[in-house]
Amino acid sequence: MPAHDVLIIGAGLAGQRAALAAAGAGASVAIMSKVHPVRSHSNAAAGGINAALNVDDSWESHAFDTVKGSDYLGDQDAIEIMCREAPGEVLWLEHQGVTFHRNDEGKLGTRAFGGASAARTYYVADITGQALLHVLYEQLMKNYLTVDRYEEWFVTSVVQDDAGEACGVIARNIRDGSMELFAAKSVILASGGAGQAFKPTTNAMICTGDGIAQAYRIGAPLMDMEMIQYHPTTLAGNGILITEGARGEGAHLYNAQGERFMEKYAPNKLELASRDVVSRSEQTEINEGRGFPDGTVALDITKVPRKRTLEALREIVNIGRDFAGVDITREPIHIKPGCHYIMGGVKTDVWGETSIPGLYAAGEVACVSVHGGNRLGANSLLDTLIFGRRAGEHAADRAKGMSMPVPSEKSLADEQAMIDAIVRRERGVGRRVSEIKDELGTMMNEKVAVFRDQDGLTEAHAIVHRLKDEAKSAYIDDQGTVFNQDVLGVIELGYMLDCAEAIVMGALERKESRGAQFRLDFPKRNDAEWLKHINVSANGGDEPKISYSEVTMTQWEPQERTY
Amino acid sequence: MPEYTLKLRRYSPESGEPAYWEEFTADLDGHRSVLDGILQIRDREDGSIGIRHSCRAAICGSCGVSINGRPGLACHMHLEEAQKRAERDGGVITVEPMGNMPVLKDLIVDMDAVHWKKMQRVTPWLIPEGEHPEREYIVPKEAMVDVTQTMACIQCGACVSHCLSMEVDPLFIGPAALAKAYRFVGDPRDGQQFERLRDLSEDPHGIYDCTHCFNCIEACPKGVAPMSQIMRLRRIAGSDHGIEDRNNGHRHENAFVKNIERNGLLHEADLLPDSYGGKFHPRAVPELLSSLPIALRGLQRGKITPKKALLHEHKAPQEVKDIFQRVHGHDTRFELNLYVSGKDEEQSGEQDNHDIVEGAQAHGTPSSSSAERSPNSV
Ligand code: SF4
Ligand code: SF4
Ligand code: FES
Repeated sequence: MPAHDVLIIGAGLAGQRAALAAAGAGASVAIMSKVHPVRSHSNAAAGGINAALNVDDSWESHAFDTVKGSDYLGDQDAIEIMCREAPGEVLWLEHQGVTFHRNDEGKLGTRAFGGASAARTYYVADITGQALLHVLYEQLMKNYLTVDRYEEWFVTSVVQDDAGEACGVIARNIRDGSMELFAAKSVILASGGAGQAFKPTTNAMICTGDGIAQAYRIGAPLMDMEMIQYHPTTLAGNGILITEGARGEGAHLYNAQGERFMEKYAPNKLELASRDVVSRSEQTEINEGRGFPDGTVALDITKVPRKRTLEALREIVNIGRDFAGVDITREPIHIKPGCHYIMGGVKTDVWGETSIPGLYAAGEVACVSVHGGNRLGANSLLDTLIFGRRAGEHAADRAKGMSMPVPSEKSLADEQAMIDAIVRRERGVGRRVSEIKDELGTMMNEKVAVFRDQDGLTEAHAIVHRLKDEAKSAYIDDQGTVFNQDVLGVIELGYMLDCAEAIVMGALERKESRGAQFRLDFPKRNDAEWLKHINVSANGGDEPKISYSEVTMTQWEPQERTY
Repeated sequence: MPEYTLKLRRYSPESGEPAYWEEFTADLDGHRSVLDGILQIRDREDGSIGIRHSCRAAICGSCGVSINGRPGLACHMHLEEAQKRAERDGGVITVEPMGNMPVLKDLIVDMDAVHWKKMQRVTPWLIPEGEHPEREYIVPKEAMVDVTQTMACIQCGACVSHCLSMEVDPLFIGPAALAKAYRFVGDPRDGQQFERLRDLSEDPHGIYDCTHCFNCIEACPKGVAPMSQIMRLRRIAGSDHGIEDRNNGHRHENAFVKNIERNGLLHEADLLPDSYGGKFHPRAVPELLSSLPIALRGLQRGKITPKKALLHEHKAPQEVKDIFQRVHGHDTRFELNLYVSGKDEEQSGEQDNHDIVEGAQAHGTPSSSSAERSPNSV
């Protein structure tokens, strides 16, 4: 049985950063991912990474912007840590080889981003996430002797010992279908978000909420799950993302009547108000009949000098051309709000520890919470790196005084039986997996989107329950062992349904409007009753349990939020 | 909805059967991608079709395949466009796994065995000299923009798929890994420029093993232009560091250049004799004999036919001649970079350059549809 001090599940930025930190602290480390690490969804974070690194900027200002952006739901102790450690992290990345944009003096240069009071976003053209991910992978290749990599392994569950501590995982080698039990003193979940529960979404097909559901199933509470970010600029139809960098560089939004409508909703920050505000404004324009017939508004990048666009926004020039047939340097492109990010996730402390000893979470899978009700652009890369590193360090430290646990082989046999049963399901009896997934995504995007209400959410709840039932007999075509992506699809569907259930329950529970959650039936923020986190925990076979936790305040009292 | 016929290469290692073709139909808007088509077929008809995929937006590099004989990303090729290109194959969009890498199942190849191994070969991490500064390294803005072109590589393997040199010499380090090597050689923070270049020059499968076939430039969905990066490595090795090519690669390269200039496309039958000083050069005979297996392989694969070997069916198109003239007639070094050049904003540098590659590239706009640019894509 392979055994490691620290076993990391997911190899995006949070996972890779955790691996490097844990290895640096002397632990024996393995990192496991269902895709090759450079295929991870961190690639999609195009715009940049925030840090108050300029002498005339301060971490307090960054922290305040983040607190305000979160609509005061973010935990201020965690936000302080993140913003204080951000400059050091960006410099660390630079030293590892990230090719950050420079100013004319050859120093790190910045761009403006939404919801920020200073230009503090560091970037690599519009491939920042990709550049960071590939540079961290360079470091993994360098450290191949100290970090074992299990690439294209799919985790089916986290294993606990008799005392309830996490002590390993069970995973399937996608290449040959074999199942293996891994022992670990600590397990760090870093497997990303759950955007695929919505359709369309900017999220990659791999973002199926695996880690969120794995933790939830063994009893870890999920926090702020109702907070789903709709990004203001996604392509209609396929949901492909146009980076906020476009607005950072000066692009404007117009409705079909040619009005720059953000003047109405956010007279000061205009297009650079925080994402929830911009998305809601767009959706209001569309709902009130001032959008284009395809349910969109226009993003006009022709305002930005062409040379600058080609240099700094090249990727979206390509995206416009390849996925919408539009030359964005010459004409506006139609966009709409689209599911993009989940602020909620597995509840952790500032070291990434979940409520289950030995189980950590970092990155989008986790909820520390630094994003609260709404994440600021260019804070997600930062979140993954800071809390990935902290989880890695903490887990390495924890391993020092411990002996290697020996997880029971029985769990391995159970998981093998579970997979065999899926493969054996009779074809043509239930529904196809793809049908259920499709219905789930379309429904979530209709009823659990920018605007929500009691009726829609109640229906959504009932539908998720029905789909969960149907998923039990969903059948597949592939009976093989080598790259059986079909059987993994069934397991992923189960993960997504668990996430969807928690999302809907959180949204039903929060009877106010805050951040990304806007309730048409409760259109005001209500600090007296709802300035608190909502936690959802599994409860055996019964309806999940709801509980609450305090929002940590350090120095910023809730104020009215205007941009 | 228009209908598209997709012919997929199927292979299941467990079945004991050889690979075979299977036809499916997808009905989707022509603007959707070949990947969308395959996923629709998977969803509706046959969930066992194997293809790696994730982002659907040409950023994760998962879905490299070969579509009607051309390597690329399945998510980056519109059905409409694929159909148009497929016309000579009866309008059937044909999708098969990438070349130069072993197939694991259906459209999935073993990238670890080839691509990632080669990547590891070029010491793909920054090796700065001494301690790093307290704050950031101060480096010229242009240098960062410059290496960002190779940072744009998403490791999809499309360039590896049809690399001509790798077909002939599987040990060739190859386009993607050498582009990665440039990412460090071109990075002023790296302290091992000379060592890296010497290593890659002395390796018989290194930078002089590239035969200028353009396939990688044409294949690359991200405009990384690996061949250009290889040319820059050679130039820096030769001109800036005086590192000699000890492996005859340079002569081989010149042969390719001459060949293309003459014929407008790569004429492989000529190539071997050319690199040894022309068909009737006395040196050509023993050398040619030692290369015989390569020529035979070419014959087998239909790349060299006896007829082709004697007659040139193609004359160089004007376009190709233009490129050569333009480049040979240029005094300034064309440092092509897709991050800074647009048609109206061409950059020109300070040093001399007579390199066809940059010239060929500088013709284009920053687009990844470089097909027209390659004289080899007839
Ligand atoms: S140009 Fe060189 S590296 Fe590129 S495909 Fe041809 S032989 Fe390979
Ligand atoms: S150089 Fe281009 S084709 Fe080759 S692996 Fe990188 S992105 Fe793919
Ligand atoms: S699916 Fe990511 S590159 Fe095609």
